[in-house]
Amino acid sequence: MIVPLSHVLILASLLFLMGAACAVARRNLIMILVGVEIMLNAAALALVAGSLYWGALDGQAFVIFIFAVAASEVAVGLALIIYAQRRTGSVMADDYSHLKG
Amino acid sequence: MPLYGFIFYLLGGIMLAATLLAITSRHIMHAIVYLIVSFFGMAPVFYLLGAPLLALMEIIIYAGAIMVLFIFIVMMLKIEVTPASARGWLRQWAPALALTAVSAAIMIFLIWQAPAPQKVLPLAMAGPQKFGRFVYHRYWFAVEIASFLLFVALVGAYYLGRREPGSEDQS
Repeated sequence: MIVPLSHVLILASLLFLMGAACAVARRNLIMILVGVEIMLNAAALALVAGSLYWGALDGQAFVIFIFAVAASEVAVGLALIIYAQRRTGSVMADDYSHLKG
Repeated sequence: MPLYGFIFYLLGGIMLAATLLAITSRHIMHAIVYLIVSFFGMAPVFYLLGAPLLALMEIIIYAGAIMVLFIFIVMMLKIEVTPASARGWLRQWAPALALTAVSAAIMIFLIWQAPAPQKVLPLAMAGPQKFGRFVYHRYWFAVEIASFLLFVALVGAYYLGRREPGSEDQS
């Protein structure tokens, strides 16, 4: 007896779309990773709400794995950003145009 | 009890506002601090939805470890502030905003007109002990795969981040 499930799902989808807009519109590589983080967090919220709605713990178990995936994704992603910055001297996605003929 | 609902809506408003400020902020450091606020708001929501262990892990892993990693990288790389230009801003955000608005309208419509989710959520709580037993009983193999994934991420981050022996740059 907290709130309807639909309200939680709407909150999660709004957060997810904000993360998607951030990942699409920002040009900084770090902000793109931040957008992916927001999307993963919103998915975790939807899974926890579904876990409570159906009274099954499986949703919460999947959130644990989402945390693991988010942590490893951020570690490798930030290492890649540092590598790219060392190679090209920029973290802007527009500057990576070396394949342009 | 309407108090829990009030807390949920309050935290939802805080989360939406902080995330909106984070994705539109031109300073990356400000964006990350706003995002920490958003994740701190998410933790009590997890607690309200009956996941106290996940609430703690949200604070420790998301707001703690991941965001501190972001802050360290931002401090390391000396990133300049995104220049403010109205035309470039519009050209950059207009497609994303259009796509997001369409997706949000469709999602909210679909969630709203579904009959089942209008039922109010029950008040329940899964203690950490019960939850841990469940995860290690049902999903032990996935836990092993997750640990292997973390190990591979550790090795990959070390490999990408190391300095080549021949390179002389001190960047």
